[in-house]
Amino acid sequence: MEKLQQDAIVLAKMPKSLNKKEFTYCPGCHHGIVHRLVAELIDEFNLRERTVLVAPVGCSVFAYEFFNVDGTVAAHGRALAVATGMKRARPDLFIITYQGDGDLAAIGTAETIHAANRGERVTTVFINNAVYGMTGGQMAPTTLLGMKTTTSPYGRRPEKEGYPIHIMEIMRELPGVAYAERVKVSKPQDVPKAKIAIKKAFYAQLLDLGFGIVEVLSTCPTNWGMDPVEAGKWLDENMVKEFPLGVYVDKVTEVMKEKGVK
Amino acid sequence: MMEHRLIAAGFGGQGVMLFGQLVASAGMIENKNVTWLPSYGPEMRGGTANCTVVVSDEPVASPVVDTPSEIAIFNIPSLLKFEPTLEEGGVLVMNTSMIDREPSRKDITVIKVPANEVADELGVLKAQNMVMLGAYIETTKAVNVESILKALEKKMTGKKAQFLDVNKRAIEKGMKIAREQLK
Amino acid sequence: MGEKVMVKGTEAIGEAAIRAGCRVYFGYPITPQSELTEYMSRRMEEVGGVFLQAESEVATVNMMYGASSVGARVMTSTSSPGFSLMQEGISYMANAQLPAVFVDVVRGGPGLGDIQPSQGDYFQIVKGGGHGDYRLPVYSPSSLQEAVELTIHAFDVADKYRTPVVIFADGMMGQMMEPVEFPEPIDPGTIPEKDWALTGAKGREARYVTSFDIDPYKLEKMNLELQEKYKKIIEEEQKWEEFMTEDIEVLFVAHGTVGRIVKSAVKIAREKGIKAGLFRPISLFPFPYKRLSELSEKVDVVMTVEMSSGQMLEDVKLAVLGKARTPFYGRLAGVIPTPNEIFEALMKELRR
Repeated sequence: MEKLQQDAIVLAKMPKSLNKKEFTYCPGCHHGIVHRLVAELIDEFNLRERTVLVAPVGCSVFAYEFFNVDGTVAAHGRALAVATGMKRARPDLFIITYQGDGDLAAIGTAETIHAANRGERVTTVFINNAVYGMTGGQMAPTTLLGMKTTTSPYGRRPEKEGYPIHIMEIMRELPGVAYAERVKVSKPQDVPKAKIAIKKAFYAQLLDLGFGIVEVLSTCPTNWGMDPVEAGKWLDENMVKEFPLGVYVDKVTEVMKEKGVK
Repeated sequence: MMEHRLIAAGFGGQGVMLFGQLVASAGMIENKNVTWLPSYGPEMRGGTANCTVVVSDEPVASPVVDTPSEIAIFNIPSLLKFEPTLEEGGVLVMNTSMIDREPSRKDITVIKVPANEVADELGVLKAQNMVMLGAYIETTKAVNVESILKALEKKMTGKKAQFLDVNKRAIEKGMKIAREQLK
Repeated sequence: MGEKVMVKGTEAIGEAAIRAGCRVYFGYPITPQSELTEYMSRRMEEVGGVFLQAESEVATVNMMYGASSVGARVMTSTSSPGFSLMQEGISYMANAQLPAVFVDVVRGGPGLGDIQPSQGDYFQIVKGGGHGDYRLPVYSPSSLQEAVELTIHAFDVADKYRTPVVIFADGMMGQMMEPVEFPEPIDPGTIPEKDWALTGAKGREARYVTSFDIDPYKLEKMNLELQEKYKKIIEEEQKWEEFMTEDIEVLFVAHGTVGRIVKSAVKIAREKGIKAGLFRPISLFPFPYKRLSELSEKVDVVMTVEMSSGQMLEDVKLAVLGKARTPFYGRLAGVIPTPNEIFEALMKELRR
């Protein structure tokens, strides 16, 4: 795993849209990979000079410091309301929110659903690692059944703690959504696929089609109590079962073809 | 100093809010200081409506009035509520088509206006508030009829313009009724 | 100034915001301010601005955060329970130094309370309802003309000091009608560009707008910057009105619509030979302590009147500092005190 990441870095040059600042994320955490994909795409679309990044409260609270674009940190859960305010006031800007599962799918559920339903022309990268990382591994809305966390020490039981919430499946029901896909980056071959997904979510905004969101199933080795390789394997074997990968909404690909963009 | 403190009160739908707004707007047209405050207290309940208007030479201090100098009363509950608050020597204009009892105060001027009957004769029952308005301005001289008509013209535009004439006539009728009683 | 027009309070404030160059409004319906939100939904379309009804007051304040951070003049209007929901966002905006104007049409509380006018949120609005060491400039108008002028002023103060500003109104102000003269509108294009706004890192380093620093020493520095700013606001932004205070024997203190009602009580007292006057703070933060302190030296009684249980009273006491008696008369939960009952309350106090 570590080796793979190293290779990826060697294969490509540092995106302009990332700062030189070293990531402070734990070893094996997927934030680094996803940050990089987002930064590469900002570069490829030549959007750096009109991008504003809205970081969440959670492990990626520092995201705005790692990206070399204008940025802010929203209150916990409110990134999509902040993004809405930005885009409505300045439609010429390119707005990205980067949010975790606690932020987007628990405290911020209302903001998420309503921004999506209004079809806000913003792009959301949603990191689902089934746990509250920054606060120390508490139960998340996406924690799997049976999964032990510091606030579900007996394992998540449906009759007590309820079920994991499925955001992509909800997105499918909202007409304002132009692109929604669930991906993972636990294996090298996943990474280009994830990048294409995020690219289409960018296009949802750039082609004025609606809200774009990509859920990235991610590891949290530290709070899962596993080493990075184990964590990746656990993700592939357990999380993918609960949260099926795939495209949930796509109003983008066809327009891309019509317009001849790739 | 001239200061008129008016409370107009009745059932919702009797046009008491418009009554008050026209007085306030007419006052503004005459370059006086005015406020219009709709019923905004606990008395809002029970389907009654009232508004308070102050017309003054000086800047209006309180838009809230506890001792009005004049009251325009459109129904019995409002008579019971506001008659006792009227200032000594104040003016009560009452719609006798709706109120089949006598006021109890002896220290006030009472103008009795069969407003519904008069408006009905004019063919537009809804204009009863204009009959009351005519009687009110004739009695109190709070504002001129010319300013009231100007305010009315501003208010009644579009489809409502067709009612301008009947409203004018209703106001004139009300003024006449008051004039006769004041003799 | 144009000609006088008869408008409702809610419309007066809305139109003033438009004329101040505000082109972004977010809001959520709540009585008794919904007419302002309705007015903005109509007017923003006409002037090519942005109106969006948010899914909650929580979303509203965060949309304001977003719009303000990209440089827009932004406003919302709400009423007490809604303002409570906005507190988190306001705290964030205070530390991120984001200008915005909040209109709080205060109603009776606590809890769901009622929909009648109140001043029971003085502590929340003036002393800060959110977390952390911050203050907000707060203006309390007592007439519609003043509401218009203060709304426009609020946008300038917000931009000048990079801070959220509150217009403390109440339901009476929202519902009443009065003639108003609107000033000529400001062309939004002439508002100076904000050199801190997130407009895309074109030809410059990327910049951040944030209320966050994990390093306590750096965060303390941010805090001290805020405190420096508040000091300047205290020095430069105090506003008040004095009514018949030249020869006072007794002094009333009241703000907003109550301040206006007390003027009538002053007149009643003067008719009875009592030389009463009124001190009406217009800026509640910064509170005009110094001037009130000076006036309180002339009298034995400084009587505070509020539509609350005595919240501004604490600031009055801080100004008077025991130099005079500081009795209080208040009505709660949306009951409006009348001129005569205020006068009676004063008489009762003077007979003591």
